[in-house]
Amino acid sequence: MDHQQTEGSPPQGGLSHSAVDAITAVVFFAVGVVMMVDNYRIGIAWASDGPESGYFPFHVGMIISLASIAVFVKAMFGKHRNREIFVSWDRFRLVLLVLLPTALYVLLIQLLGIYVASTLFIAAFMRLLGKIGWLKTVLVSVGVNVLLFWMFEVQFLVPLPKGPLEALFGY
Amino acid sequence: MDELSALFHGFGTVLSWYNLGMMFIGLVLGVIIGVLPGLGGPNGVAILLPLTFTMPPTSAIIMLSCIYWGSLFAGAITSILFNIPGETSSVATTFDGYPLAQQGRAGNALTASFTGSFFGALSGVLLITFLAPMVSKFALRFGPPEFFAVFLLTFCSFVGTDKKTPFKTIISMMLGFGLAAIGMDTVSGGLRMTFGWSELLRGIDFLVVVIGLFGIGEILVSMEEGLKFEGKNGRINLKVVLQTWKEMPKYWVTLVRSTLVGCWMGVTPGGATAASFMGYGLAQRFSRNGRKFGTGEIEGVIAPETAAHASGTSALLPMLALGIPGSATAAVLLGGLMIWGLQPGPLLFVEQKEFVWGLIASMYLGNFVGLIIVLSTVPLFAAILRIPFAIVAPIIIVVCAIGAYSVNNAMLDVWFMLLFGVIGYVLKKLSYPLAPMILALVLGDRMEDAFRQSMLGPGTGLHVFWSNSLVGTISTLALLMLFWPLVPVLWNLVRKSFGGGKNGGAVGKANEG
Repeated sequence: MDHQQTEGSPPQGGLSHSAVDAITAVVFFAVGVVMMVDNYRIGIAWASDGPESGYFPFHVGMIISLASIAVFVKAMFGKHRNREIFVSWDRFRLVLLVLLPTALYVLLIQLLGIYVASTLFIAAFMRLLGKIGWLKTVLVSVGVNVLLFWMFEVQFLVPLPKGPLEALFGY
Repeated sequence: MDELSALFHGFGTVLSWYNLGMMFIGLVLGVIIGVLPGLGGPNGVAILLPLTFTMPPTSAIIMLSCIYWGSLFAGAITSILFNIPGETSSVATTFDGYPLAQQGRAGNALTASFTGSFFGALSGVLLITFLAPMVSKFALRFGPPEFFAVFLLTFCSFVGTDKKTPFKTIISMMLGFGLAAIGMDTVSGGLRMTFGWSELLRGIDFLVVVIGLFGIGEILVSMEEGLKFEGKNGRINLKVVLQTWKEMPKYWVTLVRSTLVGCWMGVTPGGATAASFMGYGLAQRFSRNGRKFGTGEIEGVIAPETAAHASGTSALLPMLALGIPGSATAAVLLGGLMIWGLQPGPLLFVEQKEFVWGLIASMYLGNFVGLIIVLSTVPLFAAILRIPFAIVAPIIIVVCAIGAYSVNNAMLDVWFMLLFGVIGYVLKKLSYPLAPMILALVLGDRMEDAFRQSMLGPGTGLHVFWSNSLVGTISTLALLMLFWPLVPVLWNLVRKSFGGGKNGGAVGKANEG
């Protein structure tokens, strides 16, 4: 599914804990600024009937920006900086091995409906990551989804996204 | 005695086959959710919440709160048998629980922790039964300024009690407020921070955020740790149970101490995790066997579990009495309350008697039934952890996706879930606390409403929050909590510059801040 990730991975290296901390702080600072700008547009002053609708979120954005400066300074210049690697490439590969298929799965839900996509997702996950035998894979992936279908469509009548296969059965 | 008769009415509500069934389902689901890595109290409740939209509110809250009790009980199972805390609140349980299991005394450890949990929970429920009606009666006098001050107190004490990362707590909390503000403004009807995106009109639902942060985020973190479970045998028989129960009275000091710590941390939003560590730390310091802690002391299992469960239970006290949850799971339950069409706040005790007392009665019964269930079926639940992660992980992700979709029947929410999963992974690794974000997200709109309602009319300003003695006291207390960590620093500064003689003045100054 994502073999390109396995190739060309550097043996070690990557960002340190404090570097990621600082980057996150910068992102939060930007988020705070965006909030301030957007709410300034709506109005942050006091109208005749109390504060305008931008007042509250504007100040929330301001506090985010100020606090993120504090976090940034602490991460960059603090005495107890955590210089360990945030996540080694080997471990990050494992995270991507879950994250990318999950993103693909969400995309598939839109195309095939949730039940077919889930069956494929569980089966692929079990086969490729767990190296589990075919029989077990098919039993679990189909079984879980039949159970889910029975629970949501039949018992609780909660409509979930359905695709061409369900339409074939008249749902 | 009003409370007792109301409680009996509550038992009358609970003791129907439908509600008892819901309780049982909730407890079993809760234990499963608590045992599985990647599923915990907050997102377990969040995923199942959409299924309860059509149920009667009382049955729905009974089921969801029982999931909460079940997951609290279950945290201990994985901690003791597998050395993996299933919930963050049971991290401290691993210190002595796992060594006990290695010595072949897993049964004793499990029995002791479950019994301790039960004791803590029972004390929490007793506290709710008698204190919550009083608090809510008092809170009936509250107007918008008072409510805003109480909200402020809640959030300030979050920041003030966090010694390690106060700024990260602030960021996390404010992100929650920011997310809550997205969409239609309830007072003026204007749009805020939608950036011209019409799907954002209804805002971002807190359930989606909870499922993403706690569900997907947790899976990513556990995936990174590369899961290999090697468990100890957790068979419990009646003889072990009775033998452990005979030992329990010896530890009554620890039980009472941890219960007090837990109740306090639950009512003030300290959270079950902090409570369990504090319970463990205090027991270690004051117990005669303190030096042996960490090598397999029954007392070291009782202390954190009792505190965690007491705090988890009493977190519902401010939620019921004031509409302010004391933990992330309580925040999700509160969100459910609003979805079922109940208005949280002190009026709940007046207008929804059946609901409130049904819930309280179910807490007595649920914890008792929960104790019996976990004691009798531990091996069954421990077996769940022996299922390979490659099977469990995709099923959890599928369930999360279904949960996120069914909140609003919107595909966009599933994408948001994925986004918040990644955010949750990064924030968790950088030790940002996530509970404040959920609390702020759930309470954000109500806090802002309270703020703006107190500002209605001419001549208003921030001085409204010091306009009478009640609201003034709460507001001052809130500021005091916020700057609490600075008090020792100021104290040292003052003492250094004035020498030893002016201690009295320094105390006065610190209290003003």
